[in-house]
Amino acid sequence: MSILVNDQTKVICQGFTGSQGTMHSQQSIEYGTKLVGGITPGKGGQEHLGLPVFDTVKEAVLATGADASVIYVPAPFAKDGILEAAAAGIKLIVCITEGVPTQDMLVVKASIDSRGVRLIGPNCPGVITPGECKIGIMPGEIHLPGKVGIVSRSGTLTYEAVKQTTDLGFGQSSCVGIGGDPIPGSNFIDILGMFEDDPQTEAIVMVGEIGGTAEEEAAEFIKSNVTKPVVGYIAGVTAPPGKRMGHAGAIIAGGKGTADDKFAALENADVATVKSLADIGKTLKELTGW
Amino acid sequence: MNLHEYQAKELFRDYGLPVSEGIAVDTAEEAVSAAKKIGGDKWVVKAQVHAGGRGKAGGVKLVASEEEIRAFAEDHIGKNLVTFQTDEKGQPVSKIFVESFTDIARELYFGAVIDRSSKKITFMASTEGGVEIEKVAEETPEKILQATVDPMTGASSYQGRELAFQLGLEGKQINQFATLFMSLSALFRDLDLSLLEINPLVVTAEGNLHCLDAKLAVDGNALYRQKRLEAMRDHSQEDERENQASEYNLNYVALEGNIGCMVNGAGLAMGTMDLVKLNGGQPANFLDVGGGATKEAVSEAFKIILSDKGVRAVLINIFGGIVRCDVIAQGIIGAVKDVGVEVPVIVRFEGNNAALGVKTLADSDVDIIAATGLSDAVQRAVNAAGGK
Repeated sequence: MSILVNDQTKVICQGFTGSQGTMHSQQSIEYGTKLVGGITPGKGGQEHLGLPVFDTVKEAVLATGADASVIYVPAPFAKDGILEAAAAGIKLIVCITEGVPTQDMLVVKASIDSRGVRLIGPNCPGVITPGECKIGIMPGEIHLPGKVGIVSRSGTLTYEAVKQTTDLGFGQSSCVGIGGDPIPGSNFIDILGMFEDDPQTEAIVMVGEIGGTAEEEAAEFIKSNVTKPVVGYIAGVTAPPGKRMGHAGAIIAGGKGTADDKFAALENADVATVKSLADIGKTLKELTGW
Repeated sequence: MNLHEYQAKELFRDYGLPVSEGIAVDTAEEAVSAAKKIGGDKWVVKAQVHAGGRGKAGGVKLVASEEEIRAFAEDHIGKNLVTFQTDEKGQPVSKIFVESFTDIARELYFGAVIDRSSKKITFMASTEGGVEIEKVAEETPEKILQATVDPMTGASSYQGRELAFQLGLEGKQINQFATLFMSLSALFRDLDLSLLEINPLVVTAEGNLHCLDAKLAVDGNALYRQKRLEAMRDHSQEDERENQASEYNLNYVALEGNIGCMVNGAGLAMGTMDLVKLNGGQPANFLDVGGGATKEAVSEAFKIILSDKGVRAVLINIFGGIVRCDVIAQGIIGAVKDVGVEVPVIVRFEGNNAALGVKTLADSDVDIIAATGLSDAVQRAVNAAGGK
């Protein structure tokens, strides 16, 4: 078992023939992901990377029976791409695109929620179930099939957590990058609930950062809904207020969203917090006794 | 991206919102003639900077003569204004906004943000106008009234009327407020705003609603479709090094410490800074070279980091996902040669082609310390910078 994706997941790629779509699709295929085709409007009927290209997501779904889509289209077209996938019946959409206007996401979020569609991202590395299915831009080789569920707002911080759990031999059940934007398709709570229900996941690593209150909300959720051991890390203790730290969502505004507040909320929920990024694996080992 | 008050009010006027007659000027002479053109015997002159707290800092003044206008303009134009929201240097003033005088009966607060929890545009109104709204929210949250905008249906007039009655407005003010609410909702959506604030929104002596101040921030991600707003950008209000960095798709934020940091990924960049602090050092900056870092970007990143003369060591932390560490290594070697780096450079590579990256550094003739892990790298950087 795993969450969101496994070796049965049939994936299509929107923005398939573009440079990003091509590079990452190639790597996903090499990893063993069941990529079944892609979409580039106007290039329907062609073949790319040995797979069929379609004009619309609807056609791709009809022809391939795809159940997940990964989106690499440029930011101005991301809203349209997500809505197209949702309308075509795709139930899992992973949007890698960075720089999507926030108000586009307000409409997207309301729309996908009303359709019961799961969106991961935007501005995220994607989702991977090691050894089975890689959807996104993460380096596949640092992963190891295993028992730790990892959920994170940051790409490279996810890789740090992955590497540390791989080095210790624990491996990962699934890893989900929910993205660094203010309005993500899925939040910590959505993913934590899935990890709690997933028998393969024995412990959870949650990587947050400054800005917003998603970590505080996650802490409340963990308190009453998560029985598995959780290790929590928050980036941005040294971030000055009012400055956007790279990610659109990583900003301390009006004194809210500080790392200290988030660490306190997680500690209050009995999460084992890690102050040093280098200690995620070590803390997990101590917490679980593995 | 923030806008100046005079720019925000120009947009307000386009949406039919009640604002004072005003003219933005660059010189004392122009300020005087602007006042004459506006007419009357009293005006308000306002220094245009991207910061709140201007009133308390002397950047807003009620004036009643040509001499006063001239003196205010001469005192402010070309100087920096320091308010409680700026750093100690303050923000440069290049424009003064001259406005007609408004007789105030009552001050209110009205604003809107994108609320991350409800995932909706949320309007906030309060009877406590003219003061710091964060303070009101903290001390008397019950005084903040809210209305959220459904992203699918947009705003509705009844929401404006509800707020108006709760604010204790009466008579014609109810419809004035509802109209104001609808216009602001349209403005917020049409212009891809991330923040809107009218503090204060006043009831004039004649009993009409009037926007006395205006603060707008635009979603940077949406600037590609907001060309008019993009053209309003005032680079003088932003950090020079941050601007320079953004030209190369680098995210840079200056800090107070002495360890320059170059990292790929925003989260890891923050995490690296935190680790420096945890090990007894002080990060000099946040710098994310991004997922697709090139040799040129790395070189530019070095220049920006080293333009901070306080930097005593440079810590490079790269977890190669998309980027290959050997490519970054070549960029580092090239940059060290081009830029002439005189402080110790400590590099930690992990992920994509990390071993080859370390080898590339070792084989080169530049003096770079390749660390064996994250903690080791940070410790070496802290030591090199003269920390513990």
